[in-house]
Amino acid sequence: MPILKERDLGTPAGKGPSAVRLRVDGREIEVPEGTSVMRAARLAGIDIPKLCATDRVKEFGSCRLCLVEIDGRKGTPASCTTPVAAGMTVRTQTDRLRRLRRNVMELYISDHPLDCLTCSANGDCELQDMAATVGLREVRYGYDGARHRTHAIDLSNPYFAFEPAKCIVCSRCVRACEEVQGTFALTIDGRGLNSLIAASQNENFLDSECVSCGACVEVCPTATLNEKTTIEHGLPDRTVLTTCAYCGVGCSFKAELQGDRVVRMTPFKDGQANHGHSCVKGRFAWGYATHPDRITTPLIREHITDRWREASWDEAITHVAERFRDIQARYGRGAIGAITSSRCTNEETYLLQKLVRTAFGNNNVDTCARVCHSPTGYGLKTAFGTSAGTQNFDSVQAADVILVIGANVTDAHPVFASAMKKRLREGAKLIVIDPRRIDLVETPHIAAEHHLQLRPGTNVAVVNALAHVIVTEGLVNEAFVAARCDGGSFARWRAFIGDPANSPEAVADLCGVEAETLRAAARLYATGLNAAIYYGLGVTEHSQGSTMVMGMANLAMATGNLGRAGVGVNPLRGQNNVQGACDMGSFPHEFSGYRHVSDDAVRALMSAAWAVPLDSEPGLRIPNMLDAAVHGTFKGLFVQGEDIAQSDPDTQHVTAGLAAMECLVVNDLFLTETARYAHVFLPGASFLEKDGTFTNAERRIGRVRKAIEPLAGMAEWQVTMKLAEALGYREMRYAHPGEIMDEIARLTPTFAGVSYEKLDRLGSLQWPCNAQRPEGTPVMHVEEFARGKGYFALTAFVPTEERTGQRFPLLLTTGRILSQYNVGQQTRRTGNLVWHDEDVLEIDPHDAEQRGIRDGDLVSLASRSGEIALRAAISDRMQPGVVYTTFHHPHTGANVITTEFSDWATSCPEYKVTAVDVRLVNGRSIWQERRLHELEAFGGGLTPAIARHSRRDAP
Amino acid sequence: MNAGRLIHDANQIALYFAAYPHDEAVAGIADHIRKFWDPRMRASLRVILDANDETLHLLVRQAGEKLKP
Repeated sequence: MPILKERDLGTPAGKGPSAVRLRVDGREIEVPEGTSVMRAARLAGIDIPKLCATDRVKEFGSCRLCLVEIDGRKGTPASCTTPVAAGMTVRTQTDRLRRLRRNVMELYISDHPLDCLTCSANGDCELQDMAATVGLREVRYGYDGARHRTHAIDLSNPYFAFEPAKCIVCSRCVRACEEVQGTFALTIDGRGLNSLIAASQNENFLDSECVSCGACVEVCPTATLNEKTTIEHGLPDRTVLTTCAYCGVGCSFKAELQGDRVVRMTPFKDGQANHGHSCVKGRFAWGYATHPDRITTPLIREHITDRWREASWDEAITHVAERFRDIQARYGRGAIGAITSSRCTNEETYLLQKLVRTAFGNNNVDTCARVCHSPTGYGLKTAFGTSAGTQNFDSVQAADVILVIGANVTDAHPVFASAMKKRLREGAKLIVIDPRRIDLVETPHIAAEHHLQLRPGTNVAVVNALAHVIVTEGLVNEAFVAARCDGGSFARWRAFIGDPANSPEAVADLCGVEAETLRAAARLYATGLNAAIYYGLGVTEHSQGSTMVMGMANLAMATGNLGRAGVGVNPLRGQNNVQGACDMGSFPHEFSGYRHVSDDAVRALMSAAWAVPLDSEPGLRIPNMLDAAVHGTFKGLFVQGEDIAQSDPDTQHVTAGLAAMECLVVNDLFLTETARYAHVFLPGASFLEKDGTFTNAERRIGRVRKAIEPLAGMAEWQVTMKLAEALGYREMRYAHPGEIMDEIARLTPTFAGVSYEKLDRLGSLQWPCNAQRPEGTPVMHVEEFARGKGYFALTAFVPTEERTGQRFPLLLTTGRILSQYNVGQQTRRTGNLVWHDEDVLEIDPHDAEQRGIRDGDLVSLASRSGEIALRAAISDRMQPGVVYTTFHHPHTGANVITTEFSDWATSCPEYKVTAVDVRLVNGRSIWQERRLHELEAFGGGLTPAIARHSRRDAP
Repeated sequence: MNAGRLIHDANQIALYFAAYPHDEAVAGIADHIRKFWDPRMRASLRVILDANDETLHLLVRQAGEKLKP
């Protein structure tokens, strides 16, 4: 489509309950109470000139360009700050107003460079537009205002430039930083004509508190804050509306292109998940898509110690098919399998699991949710009957108490965090349960009522203690429980949780949280009107991850915090399509829509549609595949868009499994750590190169639209189709991903009403979407739970077997940071490296001092699984005895340290609790040295891109 | 399959279900293993069960009857 520019109505929507009628320039208009005169006029098609106003932030009234005349009122009020009133008569164009506006523009231009022809905003500048609108022909004050023209351009941010000379001090950027992003990094420094935008304490943008979300750039009406890509290439000429491929927020974006070159990505104002906001990753870190490291030709090698050779698609696919069939002939049908990708589309994950169940003839398919939110699937299905979060994101605006458990929202889900912070600034109360003092605990204009800084591994004891208080202090919502929940399970749970062993006093020492704090947090959650739980991998990645999810579900049911806006149990999903990958049947035990493979009726339906008999037995999970590989019964694996050698726990166990395969196929953008063990590499396509859908953490299905052709000629769905053909399976022929979605809808009750036509029409859809709910379901379980009555599972606390001791006295917990994403294969190939170019070990000052460690020292981090070396960062976020690191950089190898312990129900690894030792060290660990040696010896290959890759990842 | 790992995983399942009344716990363990373990894992577990390995949680051993093909 041509360039898509959303209409700016000048001020946010009025939210008053009643309608107000008024006349603007003779036109009769009816708008909600609280609407500004400017917005009312714009809704009627009358565009009052404006500069400081934009509907992305609250009205401000500083530019004086939007003046109007109102019958019965003195002077010329600003239309942006004047609310409508019944019977009002407004004039927007009179000679007096024209004179005033022209004079205002003259004043602006007297201190603005007149370099429009060479300005990066030429053609996309509101100041330029307004000069034209008011008919500016002269500047009687001269052009020597010159207060700002000599100020240097700040180019410190990798993605945008700040050019103070172009600034008209409209404050839009300051207000966007406050109201939209909630960081408060910008301010106006100075007074009068000396006023200037300043980042933090007059620092450059990079050194300031700015988190590079792009909100200021988005609202800037001039070239003052502008993308460097626009400065370099000029303005785009077409827009492709799509969905971000980073985290589970699933922001809607406009890919803006010049021909086949993406010039910028800007958040779509009407995006239903992000409402026009973005973060540093989605907004700016998309350059990886055309990075020279991209592999665009299939590669084959006989042994993993050989160098790669290039092959045609036909040769590579035929080779894979022959190898897989040969393995099955020698080791049995179950000796091969596949891993689907949460970075691929719904259509692609659906196809890959279909390939496994049909052409492979087994159920050995798993997905990366195994290592992140599989306990959410198990726990929420047990309690409520469906494996997904209960609310839409907008629900947070109705929450009165927000309980954040094991989720670093501002880093991992930044756009949703901004929405949450907005609600917290409005007065909602915050409880944080996290072993680290995450940013949310204390951030501008927000302070948590309670931060339960628990010891890692004690989540279940804490949630049980909270529930104990609710049950024993008479805080149960008896009416809700009686009407909505399974009485038998509740009675049993009530007796169990009321046991003094679950009391705050009994578990305080174990958890490291004072009993009174636990009691106060429980009372606040239970009595604060609408209380909502948001949680992340700090809940799921434990040996009791599933128990904890059920514990939180019990808490919400017992207090009646389900089934309406402002409440619920909300998993914050890690990767963009992790919800979708699960929905599409990527788990070895279930088809799309979470239906078990042993269900005869479902299997008969799928079998008829797919024209093959289907296996009724569950297949292998990822860790089981690796175990079976080591054991010699699993020999072939197709890995699509996942890098398990870097992301999965206990690296040396993972790589032992991978190395034991006879045919490992990796389908990805880059030669990943996993690809080091591959025999065939099939190039993947980035989200810009394909059509499809992603499903975000609020079950919202959003369209991904092709902006450029696949660099390697095929997207993943086409690769899977080709492999199916080569394997002799004929029921996988589609001309477009829309046809795959049609099949998903035919075979999956929760997706029955989904189609590309409807997605194009409505923007997005939240499943369940079917005949009963043709436009989707923002909030689930409104009248009854998906399973009927809510089920209270018992949640006894079983301590992890991972224990500290003399040899490993500290606990390691791992996580992510804002600028990097997962294994970093995308973000490491962007300017985001400026914020995080290596994984560091955060350590408490006391623990550091005891070991003689200073900030920046190289330290050894060792567990019973392995040892690595990395730099120490002394941090008071940590509690004594707990250290923290990230897993974004392959040469660090954080998962060399993590162990094989996992969630009892789902095998989700216990990334959050590893007993470790930390000490000063002089050089790299043996594992790190060996990796470098292997890269040197075998990592190189035929193409310059491969050689570059090998060098790039070496420190 | 690695016997040590299977025993560990089965015992973890038992530790969760141990909070339930005995018969329900045994049924829960058997149901969980049947629903989520692939046949080669269940076959390996049966070999361990047949050997009456005492490192296996008592509830898993009791669930063994229900895991026979």
